[in-house]
Amino acid sequence: MTAFVELDQVTMTYGGAGSDTTPAVADASLTINRGEFVAMVGPSGCGKSSLLKIVSGLMPADEGITRVAGEAVIRPLTMVGMAFQNATLLPWRTTLENVLLPLEVSRTHRATFRRKKAEHIEAARSLLKTVGLEGYEDHAPYELSGGMQQRASLCRALIHAPDLLLLDEPFAALDAFTREELWGVLQDLWMQRKFTVILVTHDLREAVYLADRVYVVSKRPGRIVYERPVPLARPRTLESTFDQGFVDLVHKLRDHIGEVRAS
Amino acid sequence: MITPIKLAPWLATFGLFAVWELVCRLFSVPEFILPAPSAAIAALIEYWPAIWQNAFYTFWVTMVGFALAVVFGLALGLVTGASALVYSAIYPLLVGFNSIPKVAIVPVLVVWFGIGTIPAILTAFTISFFPIVVNVATGLATLEPEIRDVMRSLGARKIDILLKVGVPRSMPYFFASLKVAITLAFVGTVISETVAGNGGMGHLMLTASSSFRVPLVFAGLLVIAAMGVGMYAIFALVERRFVGWAFRGGDTG
Repeated sequence: MTAFVELDQVTMTYGGAGSDTTPAVADASLTINRGEFVAMVGPSGCGKSSLLKIVSGLMPADEGITRVAGEAVIRPLTMVGMAFQNATLLPWRTTLENVLLPLEVSRTHRATFRRKKAEHIEAARSLLKTVGLEGYEDHAPYELSGGMQQRASLCRALIHAPDLLLLDEPFAALDAFTREELWGVLQDLWMQRKFTVILVTHDLREAVYLADRVYVVSKRPGRIVYERPVPLARPRTLESTFDQGFVDLVHKLRDHIGEVRAS
Repeated sequence: MITPIKLAPWLATFGLFAVWELVCRLFSVPEFILPAPSAAIAALIEYWPAIWQNAFYTFWVTMVGFALAVVFGLALGLVTGASALVYSAIYPLLVGFNSIPKVAIVPVLVVWFGIGTIPAILTAFTISFFPIVVNVATGLATLEPEIRDVMRSLGARKIDILLKVGVPRSMPYFFASLKVAITLAFVGTVISETVAGNGGMGHLMLTASSSFRVPLVFAGLLVIAAMGVGMYAIFALVERRFVGWAFRGGDTG
């Protein structure tokens, strides 16, 4: 196991250092191994999303060092997949075309996209099949339900086989049943492909179900106040969320969140 | 199938004309103040050759001015929407320019280009490009930050973000603005023809009103309105055809 993502004493303020606002992230240090699934939980507005932006290089930190794959992050990374609370599919493209988008524009694929198009379409179809969207390839996004859109969004985030997947509350807008179903979908994808994941969520059960390790982030300025490995066996199932070990972990995290919110 | 929705515009238009006709007859309104629609239509038939000729002239002048507005408006809208710097630099200028009544520009255009077609084309152009610029720029500038992040985190070039996301996303705004712009273009042409023209509907109506042939003036107004409605309908169809996806699962989707 080698460190894949490293944050060392990272501080970031919107508007840059010296601005009057409270830092969004303060003194954050963490290490994530290659292929590891990490979740960050914390109260809303605590800077969890800012941490993702720092890791992806979309937003520079003011202090501290961010390293991904051994290299300092000074510009946006180019081998990242991202998904958000909103599926943000492009409404003028079909589901399949949406999934193909990263291959059309990413630095590594765009030069060869046309030549390898048939191959890419095959890969996109099989990925859509894995998440249960077979038969919806040519549907427009508005013809899909929220859960289906989010599945397509996951496919878009993974089609170019990124080393790092950043998820910012991807299931927060879904109903409870769909959300729990997608936990399984995401876990399956991850177990097959073993990319590194950072999942930001405020759902503690979601964090425990999916992650190898959970970080609790304090309210603003976001500091990492607690770290908890999740030693439960995989694949985890919805039944296993009722096991004593699972429930204890969720309670433990809840206590920490409670402290953070009260402080 | 004929639904109430499809019938409604015809009924409303017919109703308006009926009320208008009724008021004129009941109160015996003199024809040189407000002619009844029947009188306007009679004038339309009587002067059809002259009206047809001038209407055609107004129509193509408007189309040329409008085409210039589409090209220029789209280009300027894309530049303004894509760059925050350009946006903040030229927006006040655009708003200021749009606030100038175009009737005040016509004499200047006449000094530059003489009386006739070119001032009319340019008036149609200047009055109709603003909504296109504003709409296209808005479409680009309101790009969701998430999709921008997705693109940037793939190492996408700025031009890719613009062409793959920005431009398609601003197209519904663009087509919506065309419907506004085309009706404004008619206004521009007719203003110029009225103030300084030697042909076209504006000129025809000015001549008619100076000889108190008010039914002919109203016939002209009806023709201009009909051309406006016709072009609006065409661009509404074009809009549905090209950006049907923006009308979530509508009847043509």
